[in-house]
Amino acid sequence: MNLLLEAVAWIADPAHWSGAGSIPQRIWEHVWVSAVVLLIACAIALPLGAIIGHTGRGREVAVMVSGGLRALPTLGVLTLFGIWVGIGLTAPIIALVILAIPPLLAGAYAGFESVDRRTIDAARAMGMRESQIVGKVETPLGMPIIVGGIRSATLQIIATATLAAYIADDGLGRFIFEGLKTRDYAEMLGGSLLVIALALVVDGGFAIAQRLVVPAGVQATRTGGLRAGPVRSRAAVGEPITEGNHK
Amino acid sequence: MNWLWSNLDRVGELMLVHLALSVPAIILSFVVSVPLGWLAHRYRWSRGVLLSICALLYAIPSLALFIALPALTGFGLRSPVNLVIALTLYGIAVIVRTAADAFDSVEADVRQSATAMGFAASGRFWGVELPLAGPVLLSGLRVVIVSTVSLATVGAVIGVQSLGSLFTDGFQRGIQVEIIVGIVATILLALVLDWIAVFAGRLLMPWSRQRTGRARANSAEPVTEADPA
Repeated sequence: MNLLLEAVAWIADPAHWSGAGSIPQRIWEHVWVSAVVLLIACAIALPLGAIIGHTGRGREVAVMVSGGLRALPTLGVLTLFGIWVGIGLTAPIIALVILAIPPLLAGAYAGFESVDRRTIDAARAMGMRESQIVGKVETPLGMPIIVGGIRSATLQIIATATLAAYIADDGLGRFIFEGLKTRDYAEMLGGSLLVIALALVVDGGFAIAQRLVVPAGVQATRTGGLRAGPVRSRAAVGEPITEGNHK
Repeated sequence: MNWLWSNLDRVGELMLVHLALSVPAIILSFVVSVPLGWLAHRYRWSRGVLLSICALLYAIPSLALFIALPALTGFGLRSPVNLVIALTLYGIAVIVRTAADAFDSVEADVRQSATAMGFAASGRFWGVELPLAGPVLLSGLRVVIVSTVSLATVGAVIGVQSLGSLFTDGFQRGIQVEIIVGIVATILLALVLDWIAVFAGRLLMPWSRQRTGRARANSAEPVTEADPA
């Protein structure tokens, strides 16, 4: 417990709150890099996931990419790009974008696929163009899952951006590696606590966002237990059809 | 490639060390998560609490957890035990949710029939609920296998030896092949463990092969068949 107190004292130390390499500056670096990476990764993965989810084409590819890339060790990708690109922010940003794509792609694809086919057929029957179906039906209905994908991608980015300090000396991870070098446990732990706090705050924000993006019409039906209800009623609906088969 | 041939021993040795870190974590997290998942499935009040704790745990960046954990457990920062505990916690964070879903997927009718046939609560758990939840539990385990093997490499930056040491060493000495070998070895290890899990699943749950993907369609059939009057 003493160690924790020392870390809290390290965080609270006014000397660490101003000047070059201060806590606010490192938090800002961390948030900035994470935001840039998230934007780039979203711009690549979300449209791709939407196309795959809407057309149903390339499903296997999406599943493979999102599953296979997940097995990639983050540290390996970071160090490899570190060697290829050299010191600076470019290497970690490329590596982080690559690592953020699988959860985003999976979320966008799963979000689009989660929309009931009958709803889409109904929209088409009502005369909606494909672009309208994507924009007005599939996107809003799939939004909670899509935001879920963005949420896990963001957490992954914040975590890996910490690790990225190993190759780029940037962000909150820098406190951790400085502490490791000088064997200053209070500094590493203080840095770790800041990273954890940042991750939890962002995660909390996304949890709220995920709830807000559920369309009002869907909210009403969703609260009443997904499991018990539908199974029963589905069997009852099927009854008249099977009766004919049994004769 | 020359690097690989002259360092084959080292890679092999690190693979074993890596296994020694990740396999205990995978097994431990599975053993701990199944009862927790059952608890979350069985008692509504515990579900919210357990699942939110898991979600929070999962949100914590790995490097930060590796460093913060010794302050709570008292183990040394460079102790492999510290890493195994952290990896186990991440595994739990993933499997508990899947396990709760797995037990939810066992239909109430099946459970009631088992009770009606005279199964006691414990017998019903081992003989009915656990085997039926098996396929979903296995899918959770597979996710954890891949993520644990990959996460274990992060320990290298705090000085815990693993295949990740190839990344740190390769980076510091500028040997690109070493890093690539490390990545490939990590993925291979994950694939092999995943394959073992799938194989064990087929041995233990021979029924799951025909069922997967059509579980819902199958389970609806008996109901409609019994219905015609």
